[in-house]
Amino acid sequence: MSLPDAERLLADLAAQMRPHVTPETGLIGLHTGGAWLAERLHALLGVSVPLGTLDVSFHRDDYAQRGLARDARASSIPFDVGGRPLILVDDVLHTGRTVRAALNELFDYGRPTRVELAVLIDRGGRQLPIAPTYCAARLELADNERVKLATDDGVLSLRLVQE
Amino acid sequence: MKIHIKGGHLIDPSQDIDAPTDVFIAAGHVVALGRMPDGFHANRVVDASGQIVAPGLIDLCARLREPGLEYRATLESETAAAVAGGVTSLACPPDTDPVLDEPGLVEMLKHRARMLNLAHVYPHGALTMGLKGERLTEMGELFDAGCIAFSQANVPVADTQVLYRAMQYAATFGYTVWLQPTDMHLAAGGVAHEGEVAARLGLTGIPVLAETLAIGLMLQLARATGCRLHLARISSRGGLMLIDQARLDGMQVSCDVAVHALHLCDVDIGYFDAQCRVVPPLRAQFDREALRAALADGRIDALCSDHTPVDDDAKQVPFAEAEPGTTGLELLLPLTLSWAREMKLPLRLALARITSDPARVLGLDAGHLKVGGVADVCIFDPDAPVMISRGTLRSLGKNTPYLGRELLGRVSATLVSGQVVYEGAARGRDTP
Amino acid sequence: MARNPQLNKHGELQHLLTTEGLPRDVITRILDTAEPFTVVAEREVKKLPLLRGKSVFNLFFENSTRTRTTFEIAAKRLSADVINLNISTSSTNKGETLLDTVDNLAAMQADMFVVRHASSGAPYLIAQHLEATGRDHIHVINAGDGRHAHPTQGLLDVYTIRHYKRDFTQLSVAIVGDILHSRVARSQIHALTTLGVPDLRVIAPKTLLPGDLDRLGCRVFHDLKEGLRGVDVVMMLRLQNERMQGSLLPSPQEYFKFFGLTEEKLALAKPDAIVLHPGPMNRGVEIDSAVADGHQAVILPQVTFGIAVRMAVMAMLAGGNA
Repeated sequence: MSLPDAERLLADLAAQMRPHVTPETGLIGLHTGGAWLAERLHALLGVSVPLGTLDVSFHRDDYAQRGLARDARASSIPFDVGGRPLILVDDVLHTGRTVRAALNELFDYGRPTRVELAVLIDRGGRQLPIAPTYCAARLELADNERVKLATDDGVLSLRLVQE
Repeated sequence: MKIHIKGGHLIDPSQDIDAPTDVFIAAGHVVALGRMPDGFHANRVVDASGQIVAPGLIDLCARLREPGLEYRATLESETAAAVAGGVTSLACPPDTDPVLDEPGLVEMLKHRARMLNLAHVYPHGALTMGLKGERLTEMGELFDAGCIAFSQANVPVADTQVLYRAMQYAATFGYTVWLQPTDMHLAAGGVAHEGEVAARLGLTGIPVLAETLAIGLMLQLARATGCRLHLARISSRGGLMLIDQARLDGMQVSCDVAVHALHLCDVDIGYFDAQCRVVPPLRAQFDREALRAALADGRIDALCSDHTPVDDDAKQVPFAEAEPGTTGLELLLPLTLSWAREMKLPLRLALARITSDPARVLGLDAGHLKVGGVADVCIFDPDAPVMISRGTLRSLGKNTPYLGRELLGRVSATLVSGQVVYEGAARGRDTP
Repeated sequence: MARNPQLNKHGELQHLLTTEGLPRDVITRILDTAEPFTVVAEREVKKLPLLRGKSVFNLFFENSTRTRTTFEIAAKRLSADVINLNISTSSTNKGETLLDTVDNLAAMQADMFVVRHASSGAPYLIAQHLEATGRDHIHVINAGDGRHAHPTQGLLDVYTIRHYKRDFTQLSVAIVGDILHSRVARSQIHALTTLGVPDLRVIAPKTLLPGDLDRLGCRVFHDLKEGLRGVDVVMMLRLQNERMQGSLLPSPQEYFKFFGLTEEKLALAKPDAIVLHPGPMNRGVEIDSAVADGHQAVILPQVTFGIAVRMAVMAMLAGGNA
């Protein structure tokens, strides 16, 4: 199976988002692929609010089964989320559980006016009522396949991983 | 009752016997060794083939917990444990409740032991009333009631003048005084040997100095008073050196060591194993090596089990709060044998340390199988395994660091005064 | 010798009982995990859901409001239900044994016991009992046992050192004060030696030092000035009131004169040396106010980091070791 070019998808996603970004909009990337993506979007869209990142390790619902992730990092949201429109950015949307965890953590920081979701790829398989606001591509993947975002000096690419 | 112990290998250190020899017993006494006397018709033949036949073991220190502490153990349970371990005579310290400081208590204990007709029980009388280290006991009356020596058990005498006078008084009658050498002030609050392990575990230490200072004091008092002194449960190399020096200076003094101190040291406390809480504390590895060597060459006179039954509630608490003591009557033989095996010592020397040597220390005509002597016999297989577990221990004290371990040396039969009082496996058979 | 009960059969952390024998990667992982927890307190909602629905019992057989509070905050920040029991004033006086108490609380579906006890080894007894009775889903954290260990204090101290100094393998560290009676000192010594501190010194009068200390990897000094020379880190210990006068020390004044940390003595350490103290401080006994409030003291950051380190330990224990 051939994967689409990540840089093309990025440009497409930025184009979808551009009309909706206001000077108040905050961008928050989810560790780790979403953070790379958000960093690029932040530059492409000329967002003035500093970039935020979230690590949802401490909010995951599979903590009881899988334990604490080894590489948990501190979330960093260097702006006040209260009263502000936000766009969560992730690379791949699958079950929706990561987004659920991110929303939970986000509200510990304050009360945003609106939260939207931007993803590079929607691979289906949702287990929660969550849908992307902006999405560059939809992919059909087998259950044992995962698509991962990689970065090389800021240039993004996609890889298919068999499990 | 006439008994023929047949086919065994007799080891009697007191007579230098170490050979296949049959033993013939009549009316509670040994009547012949080797050849059956004319006209001897055994009521019972005890088959000892493949076994060692030895004098019954003598334990210099075993707590029976009677009177007063029957929830821990009873005279009945502990003398049964003794004979199961091949022990036919035992000395018990006076730290009962009430303390053995009155002749009536001693007579009662002796009487109860005789009625049970298991091991011979030799009580130590208290040196001071209630072991409080203040007033002397009626040593003469206690001796007449059956005490064979006087002791403070593990309770030090704080007042040196009281100890001085007690030893003077005992010397007046020629009684032996048994003391466990510990300086109570240096040992105050201590629960483990002062050293690396105690430092690491944060346990209050008992320095070796607590033992050596006390030994120095006791030796000088013994010299000044002319009192016969037995130093009980030596634990350190430093302590041994003082005793060596005193003997070089011509002093008569005897001493013993607890059998667990030959095998364990402070490292065995591991992660706060309260089974290793004993008095005196398990000391450093080099102390243990010194004790093992000194027992082998006779500088330590004898071994004892220091049998101390403690109930579970008193052990299942944090280390420092646990009551000291370990069960030992049934471990004395196997642990003595493993010491001898590890030191490559002959079996007869090992047996001397738990038969003829303790008899000499106690001044008893026992610990031998001479013709005419009382027939206290221990028959055992030195290579047969014994499992040490709650289920197998006959003592009501199930407290020992050896729980769950297998040791070598199983008693198959024990005779006290010519009667079979314990049989491990079905070895004996009655003849018509 | 018996297995260290704080590690399970796979060598993973099952309880936290001591820093002794704790593998270096486990210590490092606790410190790494604590790092993101330090910023949780800066958010509007200072809570993470990791221990939601779990019951943490603070079993304090010895009173310590301060330590209990830090564990309580840590557990609550992880959304646990916290139950505080000061047992010194309740059941043990009525004859209930330690293990009876534990059995009772375990039957109330406890998930974690935070244990403070005056006897060394008490948390081991509890951990061994839980294992022997098949209840090893309950985790035990030692919050200080007798003179033995206070592992979370030792870990928060090394966290603090790492925060300011980064590389342990280049450090000179001095621990000053009552080493003999200090569980904190033991936990610090084991953690620092495991992390590779090449020069670890202890400074105290002989009456406050245990025997055979050099075998734990320490250099012993009896002169504060000599011991402080060129160190990067000074770790002060608290001197208990009852030890200030008697057969261990003649008076707090004399102790301060010879072993109290003043600016003048601290000047002998490296210029950027930091000063730690586990609190509560005795100003004018072990430490001069000018030092306690000075720019080299990191005593208040220690408290903040302490909560993050305790959160990390609880989160790692409750979540398994993945």
